[in-house]
Amino acid sequence: MSNGDPVIRIENLCKIYAGDFEALKDVSLDIMEGEIFALLGPNGAGKSTLINIVCGIVNKTSGRVLVNGYDNVEDFRQARTQIGLVPQELLTETFESVSSTTAFSRGLFGKSPDADHIEKVLRSLHLWDKRDNVILTLSGGMKRRVLIAKALAHEPKILFLDEPTAGVDVELRQDMWEIVRELRASGVTVILTTHYIEEAEQMADRIGVINHGEIILVEEKAKLMRELGKKQLFLELDDALEAIPETLLSYHLQFGASHSELIYDYDTRAEHTGITSLLGDLSLAGIRFHDVKTRQSSLEEIFVGLVKRQE
Amino acid sequence: MNWYGVRAIYRFEMARWGRTFGQSIVAPVISTSLYFVVFGAAIGSRITEVDGVSYGAFIVPGLIMLMLLTESISNASFGIYFPRYAGAIYELLSAPISSFEATIGYVGAAATKSIIIGLIILVTSNLFVDVTIMHPYWMIAFLFLTAITFSLFGFILGIWADNWEKLGVVPTLIVTPLTFLGGSFYSISMLPEFWQKVTLFNPVVYLISGFRWSFYENADVPVGLSLGITAGFLVACLVVIGWIFRTGYRLRA
Ligand SMILES: Nc1ncnc2c1ncn2[C@@H]1O[C@H](COP(=O)(O)OP(=O)(O)OP(=O)(O)O)[C@@H](O)[C@H]1O
Ligand SMILES: [Mg+2]
Repeated sequence: MSNGDPVIRIENLCKIYAGDFEALKDVSLDIMEGEIFALLGPNGAGKSTLINIVCGIVNKTSGRVLVNGYDNVEDFRQARTQIGLVPQELLTETFESVSSTTAFSRGLFGKSPDADHIEKVLRSLHLWDKRDNVILTLSGGMKRRVLIAKALAHEPKILFLDEPTAGVDVELRQDMWEIVRELRASGVTVILTTHYIEEAEQMADRIGVINHGEIILVEEKAKLMRELGKKQLFLELDDALEAIPETLLSYHLQFGASHSELIYDYDTRAEHTGITSLLGDLSLAGIRFHDVKTRQSSLEEIFVGLVKRQE
Repeated sequence: MNWYGVRAIYRFEMARWGRTFGQSIVAPVISTSLYFVVFGAAIGSRITEVDGVSYGAFIVPGLIMLMLLTESISNASFGIYFPRYAGAIYELLSAPISSFEATIGYVGAAATKSIIIGLIILVTSNLFVDVTIMHPYWMIAFLFLTAITFSLFGFILGIWADNWEKLGVVPTLIVTPLTFLGGSFYSISMLPEFWQKVTLFNPVVYLISGFRWSFYENADVPVGLSLGITAGFLVACLVVIGWIFRTGYRLRA
């Protein structure tokens, strides 16, 4: 997937907004070519600030951003030509038609007119039927599609999606994921922010977590889920226990909602999960149970755990 | 140079104008006609001649300047203020287009519109009075120079304004009075000596005087001075715009 050099290199980026608010604190991050990178973090963490600095909408206070080796301020032309941005807010022109605003975006980014490409983009976003509609008359979800069409109009190599699925219905969300997958298949690097952990879990190759303007974790999604993704075994007991018997102390069992539920944490990838011997020892201790279930912690729990730990 | 980008902005702005084309054309034609009725017929019947030109014909250059200034400023300021207000400016800020190129697009479109309107007023005036143009090339030069300069000024205004009131206050409280007091409807020589001196601090005097010279060869101030002051104002606007884009003033957080 990645082949060496990062497409985006962020070095020691700091942002202090007017009024002395420190929104980014010494952020360094590499984005690899062709990956889908999900940036997670609570409201106000600095996700949009980071994206907007890379795209040239917000001035940095210090640090450096390189886009395929081009400084995003000094060589802004080379840097920005490669980038498409779908902003978080629905910020569109109002009285323009869908097709003219999309063609405008392409021109603005210095590309020669290409009706075929515009048609392809509008079709893929189910906007072709609406091409002559004035943006003002579109629904919120449609406007979001228009913003995506505008961002794709100039065939960017890198696409930033700032909360692309906020306030979007299930169908459009599915469409969006499909589009992102297609883009990745065609070699486009995608950086998205989201509050839907499920989205990151399904889509991303790598995940970064940002909180209070600091990147607190960057990890391959699969590895993250493996490393932090513990599994739990729930046992519903026939009779409630006073306390956990001494013979079972080595398993670090916990009580669940009541004393008739036991929880055992284990690692699916460990050589011995310890389940067999636990079950053996339970029956030796005369503890009987009538139901068993297992659960794997989601990325959401990992994420909440991380953010809490920082507080 | 990102010419496609310049063209995209220029076309976008012209299309915005095109949507309200009727209104954009009819309004100046009606107001020009009203000026002729009020100033030309009512006052003109008493003043008859100024510097050897009939009063009706005398006010034509001033009238065109008045419209040119108002239209340039309002078109250019609205063109950049509205995307800022609506947030669509993000796209311009993230595009591989330099400040210079963006300015050409926006200011070029605003200047084009006001030049078209200026020419329409000229044609309309001809229906009421006989207009002679002694120096057509100079006339065109002043027309372009003024349209571009005040479109630049409007562009700055549109970036500086952070609410609709500010956007409206400069044209109505500063530019329109300066234009009326700048000799649109009278010759400076008609004023008492003291006010003649005061008037020379009004930059619009130089614009109108130069422009009127290209029509009738009579001027309140030397033509070279007119040209110099207009060009100076143009350069000043360019410097301010350069600074705005370099620092991101009112554009980038
Ligand atoms: N223009 C601005 N001026 C001052 N402070 C700002 C500005 N923009 C953002 N901030 C502050 O910077 C911090 C980070 O904001 P940012 O928009 O980057 O957060 P975010 O992670 O995108 O949040 P969300 O999930 O709500 O979109 C916030 O505390 C916000 O109030
Ligand atoms: Mg945000």
